[in-house]
Amino acid sequence: MARLETFYEVMRRQGITRRSFLKYCSLTAAALGLGPEFAPRIAHAMETKPRTPVLWLHGLECTCCSESFIRSAHPLAKDVVLSMISLDYDDTLMASAGHQAEAILDEIIRDYKGNYILAVEGNPPLNEDGMYCIIGGKPFVDQLRYVAEHSKAIISWGSCASFGCVQAARPNPTRATPVHQVITNKPIIKVPGCPPIAEVMTAVVTYMLTFDRIPELDRQGRPKMFYSQRIHDKCYRRPHFDAGQFVEHFDDEGARKGYCLYKMGCKGPTTYNACSTIRWNEGTSFPIQAGHGCIGCSEDGFWDKGSWYARLTDIPQFGIEANADQIGLTVAGAAGAAIAAHTAVSALKRAQHKGE
Amino acid sequence: MSVHERVPPTKITAIYVYEAPVRLWHWVNAAAILVLCVTGYFIGSPLPTLSGEASDHFLMGYIRFAHFTAAYVFAIGFLVRIWWAFVGNEHARQLFRFPFWSGAYWDGLLQEARWYAFLERRPRKYVGHNPLAQFAMFWFMTVGTLFMIVTGFALYSEGAGPGSWQDSLFGWVIPFFGQSMDVHTWHHMGMWAIILFVMLHVYAAIREDIMSRQSMVSTMISGVRTFKDDDPD
Ligand code: HEM
Ligand code: HEM
Ligand code: SF4
Repeated sequence: MARLETFYEVMRRQGITRRSFLKYCSLTAAALGLGPEFAPRIAHAMETKPRTPVLWLHGLECTCCSESFIRSAHPLAKDVVLSMISLDYDDTLMASAGHQAEAILDEIIRDYKGNYILAVEGNPPLNEDGMYCIIGGKPFVDQLRYVAEHSKAIISWGSCASFGCVQAARPNPTRATPVHQVITNKPIIKVPGCPPIAEVMTAVVTYMLTFDRIPELDRQGRPKMFYSQRIHDKCYRRPHFDAGQFVEHFDDEGARKGYCLYKMGCKGPTTYNACSTIRWNEGTSFPIQAGHGCIGCSEDGFWDKGSWYARLTDIPQFGIEANADQIGLTVAGAAGAAIAAHTAVSALKRAQHKGE
Repeated sequence: MSVHERVPPTKITAIYVYEAPVRLWHWVNAAAILVLCVTGYFIGSPLPTLSGEASDHFLMGYIRFAHFTAAYVFAIGFLVRIWWAFVGNEHARQLFRFPFWSGAYWDGLLQEARWYAFLERRPRKYVGHNPLAQFAMFWFMTVGTLFMIVTGFALYSEGAGPGSWQDSLFGWVIPFFGQSMDVHTWHHMGMWAIILFVMLHVYAAIREDIMSRQSMVSTMISGVRTFKDDDPD
């Protein structure tokens, strides 16, 4: 493996023309929200910098992140980024298999110590010493720790790696654990979503490879450029929300007219992601546009919050699952009954002691 | 602490207790909470759908606007009330104190509870809030108000966006609770806690007005506490 190959050389070797390369640079600049003057800077960086390998590990997951990634809207971006990555290690995409594949890991770790990026799809289950997820005969958690040790930074792909996702749903029998709770000494970029949007994924990788630093992160460790606004903030149905026009049933007039899906349990108001701006499948659509509320798949714990079709979510701490209004009304009702009873007794007592 | 001291056995029949800012705050705060509860409820469970075009209506917008306006009144009012605790009289501070270490306080609380359980023939007299009232006011109103302001502005910061002062001051609350939905749920539960307080509070105020040995509702209007008897205890 050519140690000092630049990104550009790798791309040329992959059969990408210079023209395509330059187009890719401007596309990337646009995707990252940078001005056109950044395109030459990206090009320059890619021509001169030795390429940074990306190792892509898979733990407990469903591969939807990979599936999303390879459907990036700009085929160019996908080809380029993919060619840079699949060169190294990604057990679902790479050509090699078995011992040959595992050997690549050792090789990259040796040659690029402290200089490669680790991308993790899925998460390690910790119960039973990690036996619920075995890669190449060893628990995934061991592989994760081994590869993480000399990595420069870690990308947590999807809600699994970022937060735990469905395999961590109560009672979480395998103790599936998000990456940042296992690896605590590396910068971690969370790219949540089930899966994350393809363009977001390629842009994050490209940003890190070209600028040699991690994108600016918010409090929860997500790249600010894609996760600083809620679906609701940029939703095209928002005017119906503000007007008070809601779909009340999936087959009603409001549903046909494209009213807001808030009452159908849309989690857009509490979900940070870029679906309502970038959309999916080459910008074709996104769940709300297809008439279904957002399920909040990029939010921590979305899998354990009760129905996707209810606006007020369940509070499981109260034994029988109930929402805030059911609990509140019960308490208020009990208090009201107590007050009524207390009033009656008070009146009685007062009558008894009249004239004392 | 003198606020819990029972009335000294002298012939006192009227004392000026609640200064004008306290009374003004009380009623402004009560009005703000009323608006917050009604609009908050309709934010969680909106009114039936309006037909026509989006441009014909702005119902949800007005409801949320009323919520946020009342929220600012509520929050600023609370700050003013805190300021008044420093400059006002002794009774202005009672709301912010919970005399956990005072034996006399717990004794008074027990007596008051017994009075409500019909186990005492006569309640004690108090110049300020009685110990049971203070318990409810401290935990539901002082702590509860703080909780509603912190969670409320955290939710507000989501709309105001990164870089807003709401986000700088309260943005940390969202990940602290888990995620945005959890903050919504807790903010919503907080409303029910406050509704519970208001129900019991209004009932107790009216009942005490009739059954206790001192004035109540008129005290929160004129500021003057009058006593119905001059017995020493
Ligand atoms: C007594 C005080 C308050 C009560 C009873 C109250 C009640 C509520 C309720 C029930 C909700 C709906 C929650 C849900 O299920 O989604 C809500 C939402 C909200 N409240 Fe409050 N609130 C209070 C104070 C505040 C304060 C001080 C603020 C600060 C600005 C605030 C800001 C908000 C915001 C931003 C929302 C979300 C609106 C939306 O999702 O469109 N609230 N409130
Ligand atoms: C949203 C509704 C209300 C809230 C949140 C509320 C809250 C409070 C609070 C926090 C205090 C303590 C004041 C202080 O120490 O600064 C208080 C006192 C008082 N409130 Fe209210 N109040 C409400 C409604 C009412 C109503 C409707 C009445 C009249 C029926 C009332 C009668 C009183 C009285 C008489 C006191 C003085 C109690 C005493 O002297 O111990 N309140 N209230
Ligand atoms: S459909 Fe969902 S995201 Fe869109 S405006 Fe309605 S609640 Fe908000």
